[in-house]
Amino acid sequence: MASTITLAVTRYRPEEEAEPTVETYTVPFRKDWVVLDALNHIKDHQDGTLSYRWSCRMGVCGSCGMMVNGSPKLTCAAFLSDYAPGPVRVEPLQFFPIVRDLIVDIGEFLHKLKKVKPWIVRAEEQPLSEGEYLQTPDEVDAYKAFSMCINCMLCYSACPIVGLESHFTGPAAIALAQRYNLDSRDQGASGRVEILSDHEGMWGCTFVGDCSRVCPKNVDPAAAIQQYKLTTAVDTLKSWLLPRGSR
Amino acid sequence: MNERLTPFLWLLFSAGGTVAALLFPVHVFLVALAFPLGALPAPSYEALHGLVQHPLVRIYIFVLISLPLFHWAHRFRYTLYDGLQLYHLTNLIAVLCYGAALAGTAATAYVLLTLTR
Ligand code: SF4
Ligand code: FES
Repeated sequence: MASTITLAVTRYRPEEEAEPTVETYTVPFRKDWVVLDALNHIKDHQDGTLSYRWSCRMGVCGSCGMMVNGSPKLTCAAFLSDYAPGPVRVEPLQFFPIVRDLIVDIGEFLHKLKKVKPWIVRAEEQPLSEGEYLQTPDEVDAYKAFSMCINCMLCYSACPIVGLESHFTGPAAIALAQRYNLDSRDQGASGRVEILSDHEGMWGCTFVGDCSRVCPKNVDPAAAIQQYKLTTAVDTLKSWLLPRGSR
Repeated sequence: MNERLTPFLWLLFSAGGTVAALLFPVHVFLVALAFPLGALPAPSYEALHGLVQHPLVRIYIFVLISLPLFHWAHRFRYTLYDGLQLYHLTNLIAVLCYGAALAGTAATAYVLLTLTR
């Protein structure tokens, strides 16, 4: 087994250069190392100015997403050995503006998340004295998979529509809307459908399915969006065909 | 494109996809493989002609042809729109694609309704 592996890492220092450049680093090749370990090794031993985000190192915080050999990955879960003998290409998540090196601007993404009202919307809150809103295990299962999202944004980097149309609300946010629509405690579905029933919302999706393929948490945002389309389409049809009262 | 129509066009698209995925393989197998290769005895023209006299068979053929046309229209529309990025032609593309599906549907209906005994 080779004792080192080379990483070709995108660097971008806006105060020094107009365009991102590539720098190569050679790090020890260890079987138990992930790409993030290699980046940490570079930062600790070779170049302390290399900038990137990470926190948990265990696929929970969702902050270490980068393009590894062209695919969006959590770098804390991408083993170097899967990319041997290298070189391993490490780039910032595509379709996001780069702030510095491997760090992207997540402002627009956060705005999209907030736009879908990702919280439990109630017409009227029940008084505290009545206790919590109870759910059966089946009611939890209805939305559980869609609630596992860690906001890593890999799905945005995988989605060709996000790449073509920056205003598209995108997989994670639409799946999140569906997560609350399916929650038995929530009453906000009609408000969300107004926000998402356009070309920037669910109808912008053409079911490429790459979001679900790259999702590290098996959220299956593509399924969430198709489900959402079906419910919306059937509701729209009903609103055309049925008199008001019987809907 | 009128956003109000989108859900309806999408329903036609998914219904067409379901029809194409479930029923086309059966027909392709029968017409393109089983009959020509002699695995199954091919029905005569008269037998088939007799079969399409039944209204349910005509409805079946209508659904079999029309819905997948709308599936094609929707897919092809987005292939042109996103794939070739012809954003400025969006309305023209939509009219041509769904128009072709409508024309195909009308032609199918015409043939099925005017079939003589
Ligand atoms: S849906 Fe999956 S890929 Fe997308 S942000 Fe959530 S966890 Fe990441
Ligand atoms: S460091 Fe937290 S998900 Fe990778």
